[in-house]
Parts: sequence; C-alpha cells; structure tokens
Amino acid sequence: MSLFDLFKKKSSSDVAKDRLKLLLVSDRANCSPEVMEMIKNDIIKVISKYMVIDAEGLDIQITQTESENNNGSVPALYANIPIRDLKKSQKSE
Amino acid sequence: MSEVIVITSGKGGVGKTTTSANVGTGLAKLNKKVVLIDTDIGLRNLDVVMGLENRIVYNLVDVIEGNCRVKQALIKDKRYPNLYLLPSAQTRDKNSVTPEQMKKLVEELREEFDYILLDCPAGIEQGFKNAIAGADRALVVTTPEVSAIRDADRIIGLLEAESMKRTDLIVNRIRMDMVTRGDMMSIEDVVDILSINLIGAVPDDQQIVVSTNQGEPLVGDDSLAGQAYMNICRRILGEDVPLLDLNEKSSLWKKISSVFKK
Repeated sequence: MSLFDLFKKKSSSDVAKDRLKLLLVSDRANCSPEVMEMIKNDIIKVISKYMVIDAEGLDIQITQTESENNNGSVPALYANIPIRDLKKSQKSE
Repeated sequence: MSEVIVITSGKGGVGKTTTSANVGTGLAKLNKKVVLIDTDIGLRNLDVVMGLENRIVYNLVDVIEGNCRVKQALIKDKRYPNLYLLPSAQTRDKNSVTPEQMKKLVEELREEFDYILLDCPAGIEQGFKNAIAGADRALVVTTPEVSAIRDADRIIGLLEAESMKRTDLIVNRIRMDMVTRGDMMSIEDVVDILSINLIGAVPDDQQIVVSTNQGEPLVGDDSLAGQAYMNICRRILGEDVPLLDLNEKSSLWKKISSVFKK
C-alpha cells in the first residue's frame, strides 16, 4: 500500500460503481468509436459554416444527466467546442 | 393461470442453474405444480444440481424432434410430488431447436403446470433466444461484480427489445462483510445501476456448494441462502415479503448459536 492509498477515500466498491456507470452509458447508447468520430466530424462541418472553431480541441462524449420531467437520469451528448473566432461569416468573402 | 419464467444472466457462472433449481423446488414446496426446463443444449447441468442425472431417458431435443412424447421425457422428482424436470441434450448443439419450437412446447406444458421455469444458457445467441421465446417474465441473475452487472444490463436491454412483460433482478453471492468494508457493491448499488425491480438477494453461502455436491436444493432450510431463495419464491407468488437481513449481525448470531449447539 502506497502513501497515496492512505489519503484516498474512495473504496473499491465506489470505484466499481463509477466505472460501471460510465461504461453502461456508452453500452446503452450503442455508440461505437467510429460512430462518435463521424458525429464529431459532422459537428465540425456544421459549426464551421458559422464560426471558426478549434477542431483539435473539440471533445464530444456521451454522459448521463438528470432528466427534467421524470426522476431517472437520461443519456446526453456532451460537446465541448472551443471557438476561435465568432465572426467568420463577416470576414469571409 | 400458468406462468412461464426464464432465468437468465448473460454472464456464465453467476448462479442461473442454482437459482433455477432452488426457485423451482421452492415453488413446488409451496404446492405449485412446477416443471424445470434446462435449455442449455450441449452443456447439461440442471439435472446434476437437482440430483436427477441418473434418471434421464429422453431429453428436450427428443421432444422437439418428436422422438418421444413430452410426458415420457419429464423426470418426476421423487422428493416433491409436484416437481418435474425436462433435461437438456448433452450431445447436440443449440441450433437443434428454434424459438418457435420452444414456444410451442411451452404452450403445451402450460395446460399441465402452474409454473414453467426455463434455465437459460449463458450468452446472447441462439440458446438465449430459444429460452426467452415463450416466457412471460424473466429473472435476471447477477453478482455484485462489474463484469456480471455489465452483462446483466445488456440482457435487460435485450429483454426490453423483445418486449418481455416483466423483468426482475436477483443479486446473488452478496458478501455483507465485504460490503461493509467497502470492497463490494451493495444490493442498493446494483439496483441503482441497473434500475429494475429487485425480487431478492442471495448471500454467498458455503451451504450452496454443499447442497450442489449432494444434488439437493437447499431452498427453505435454515441457511441464509435457503431462506433467501424461499423468500424469492413467495414474492413470485405475489406475497409481500420484506428483504432478508443478510447483515453480520444475523451471521454472527448464527456463529454464536452454532458454538452452543456443539
């Protein structure tokens, strides 16, 4: 046991629970890495029409979020898209 | 009204066959007429867990292929007058049977029995599809381990896709000492992750190994697992039975009382 373990509060059952929760979200969404890559490329294409974005820094993932009307949590597509320049449309042409 | 229940899990080795044997025997003890069907073609196991392996003449595939009548293949359990087993074939493979044939067989058995329990093979292929074809409801068995829970989640999704009317969860092999230490997910954790109705939790009990050795299901005896299985049977019948206390307290008391028994 390392010194780090002494300060670590997370029990192995908590680790298991957290890993499973993340795993099951992507299992349930039935999204392969290829599909995620295709979604990512399409998002870049669409947003690029209107503004300059940092395609390298773009990150998308499927997570879980509390649903608004019923009690359970629902899967959500989370996208972090860094914007380089908002006024692409005015600059171009 | 008869009910057809499939016992499934996705992952192998989590206790489907043990659960099938105990739930089937328990329902028979509660005076229901029960037939257990081993649908794991090629890997026959329910017969040995039930202690009926020496009495097999015909099997599931013989019935399906018309080599014998259903009644000829059913093994009557001498210990319980209401309990029958339809064993699986050992030398055939899962493609010997189709979901339509299983459905037809189950419909035929409905006229005779109160409960028809189908012990499903591991996996999600043909054998799984055969087993769930004729079922009204499903019992999904899992253990508090990441691999078993992941597979259970997949199975639950597949059962939903097949519009199974009712699916309940059994959490098997719970070790309360490890849960207390934080080294095993609790029953609540598992139910929270899978978000389906819990119909029972069975502790990891050494008596299960003893009972399997002897070919005598332990449902209804005074071991914790025996009580847990009997509670599951009562809940299947629609009774409202509170969850068994699997905590250290009861097992500690057991230890103390067993010391005095000696």
